[in-house]
Amino acid sequence: MLTAVAIAVDGLGFAAWLFLSSVGLTLIYGVMRILNMAHGGFYALGAYSSAWAIGLYTATGSTVAFTFLLIPLAALIAGVIAGLVVERGILRFMYGRDEVLMVLVTYAIFLILEDATKLIWGTDSYVAWQPAFYFGTVEVFGIPYTVYKFLIIGTAIAVGLALFYALNRTRIGKLLLVVIEDREISGALGINVTLFFTATFVLGAVLGALGGAITAPEISVSPGIGAEIIVLSFAVIVIGGMGSIGGAMLGALIVGFARAASVHLYPPAELFSIYLVMAAVLAVKPYGLFALAESRKI
Amino acid sequence: MNNSVRKKAPFGAALDNTTSLFAAAAIGLMTTFAAPSEAQAQDSSVKVGFVTFLSGSAAGPFGVPARNAAELMIEAINAGAVPGPYNTAGIGGSMIDPIFVDENSKQKNADYLKLVEKDGVEMIIGYVSSGSCKAIAPEAEKAERLTILFDCGTPQIFEEIVTDPKYTFRTGGHATMDSVAAARYLVATGAPAGTIAGINQNYAFGQDNWRDFSGTMAQLSSDTEIATEQFPKIHSGQYGSEISALLTSTPDVVHSSFWGGDLEAFIIQGSARGIFERSKVILSAGETAMHRLGAQMPDGTIIGARGPHGDLAPDSELNSWFRKAYFDRFGTLPTYPSYKMAQALLGVKAAADKAGSSDQDAIIGALTGLEWEGPSGTVSMALANGHQAIQGTAYGTYKYDKDTSSATLVDIIHFPAECVNPPAGANSIDWINGGFEGAKCD
Repeated sequence: MLTAVAIAVDGLGFAAWLFLSSVGLTLIYGVMRILNMAHGGFYALGAYSSAWAIGLYTATGSTVAFTFLLIPLAALIAGVIAGLVVERGILRFMYGRDEVLMVLVTYAIFLILEDATKLIWGTDSYVAWQPAFYFGTVEVFGIPYTVYKFLIIGTAIAVGLALFYALNRTRIGKLLLVVIEDREISGALGINVTLFFTATFVLGAVLGALGGAITAPEISVSPGIGAEIIVLSFAVIVIGGMGSIGGAMLGALIVGFARAASVHLYPPAELFSIYLVMAAVLAVKPYGLFALAESRKI
Repeated sequence: MNNSVRKKAPFGAALDNTTSLFAAAAIGLMTTFAAPSEAQAQDSSVKVGFVTFLSGSAAGPFGVPARNAAELMIEAINAGAVPGPYNTAGIGGSMIDPIFVDENSKQKNADYLKLVEKDGVEMIIGYVSSGSCKAIAPEAEKAERLTILFDCGTPQIFEEIVTDPKYTFRTGGHATMDSVAAARYLVATGAPAGTIAGINQNYAFGQDNWRDFSGTMAQLSSDTEIATEQFPKIHSGQYGSEISALLTSTPDVVHSSFWGGDLEAFIIQGSARGIFERSKVILSAGETAMHRLGAQMPDGTIIGARGPHGDLAPDSELNSWFRKAYFDRFGTLPTYPSYKMAQALLGVKAAADKAGSSDQDAIIGALTGLEWEGPSGTVSMALANGHQAIQGTAYGTYKYDKDTSSATLVDIIHFPAECVNPPAGANSIDWINGGFEGAKCD
């Protein structure tokens, strides 16, 4: 019973982190058909911005409560600036190119972002633990969990619901779905496709940065964290179906529970379990669980 | 806590110059790079390749402190400014001409061969990761180039990978020393150890550490049981599930050889959830994190430094000089990767000076079986036909001094080299499982 509870809570916590870290990736792919390798760079920028801002702020001795505003603010600023620079400065000249070429382009951008973060923040790691400790812990069947972990879970649910509502219940969201369906026809109908592309990319970058920013208080923010997240994010969105928000959520849950179950029941298979479920899903559904229907133009 | 965050470069200042930002980013695209030679113009120089992590998550806590120590020591050695007996200029009369290469590369062997064949280095000092050392040691033997492994820990290097080394040396103790000493410290302090658990990275270093620690505990305390063994992927950073597994299995002792960002993340996540209060936690590489985390490192944690380095180093003129010179130059005290780099360079200098030459064969001949003094004390190339170092080591218990806001170690226990290292010719795990035959602990 205790193990089952631990698997449930740990799986949910890991899934929330995975979803926040990968939803921007699947959003950008869904709209723009760009497999954005630079996503790891946005994640790292968010993490560094957040840890740096929290460190500066807490060094003043002020109340830690305000750091909970700094985290989304850091993600917003880092994501908007980096997203705009990358999309307006580089990607808009590349639209329409082969998807594989875009992978290489965004990988190059990822490497540049990696070095930009080192140039700005150096090679030393940053720790900004204060928010993670602020609310203390709650015990679930005798196992202490930080309240901060449940805040991450709540944030992931809120982000998922907000994206679902925005895409399906708002005018802008419906127009975006039209752009996803057929960008040429959308343009002919008077929809500003370029603006939608820019906005989507920036939103994806902000979400990537948010994943890093909200994780920063729990980890040591150090060079290389962006590369680690790309691989896991790809696994999540491939399982769920690339381009699907709901798929990313389901993929994150599957990976989260698989990993937690493995750690508690058979630790040596911890890493293997993630890719085992990915292989199993792809064997049955080669394009992922919620793959978007592809229309063929003749 | 004032030292919770390190500020390396002013944010605004870095962004002011976008040209330099993009230029540096472009340079960063290269997987390896070589720094320009800093050797002084001398008649005789010896070109030495230095390989440590200059990027990636191991750069901050390991690669950069090691490179810093290399720069400091090279300048001091070339100037003859190191305290005696190292106060002669150069090594064997030749000035060190360094080339720095990033260990964070997907093509470590090719980088190594480039250093040997294209750059024409006469020796290579480097490698933090046990994975790197496993790849490079056979390459060094094939290339017939003197290669000094200064930090990596896996005992496999000379016990399984290169069993008859000619050109490869390791000037730091291997991980068996860390694990055996950790277990001996636990027993010596009388801490309850009925059940033990491990959380170690899933590669050679983490696996070997746990194998040796759990094996030693089984020998020293026969009723010890293993509660859980966790091997998360290196650099995974998220240990929520593993910490839950440690909490639910209620071990008396938790052992971890985590290092770098993984170590700091585990301390943050584990201390937030009370694992350090419920179990006695041993961090065999904890010294690299204790000054950075300060009050955030829980009191009572057992800390190691992979040798008698840093706060565990003995008082000596050489150690005092090294700490002061390092602090004056870099604004922070040296941690164990810095000590181990200095140890390697002084070993090379001692060998070259003894041979009176910086030629490869002369250094190899003199370094084999050599004994010398480093900032951490005496080092002996006692194992693997004189190619593997042993030295005494020490562990201590962490205590944060609130009055001085400083990280300290108390209840330090030193262990003689022959107590925590296998004797020459013995395989580490066989020596442990055989009851430490020949160990001299008095």
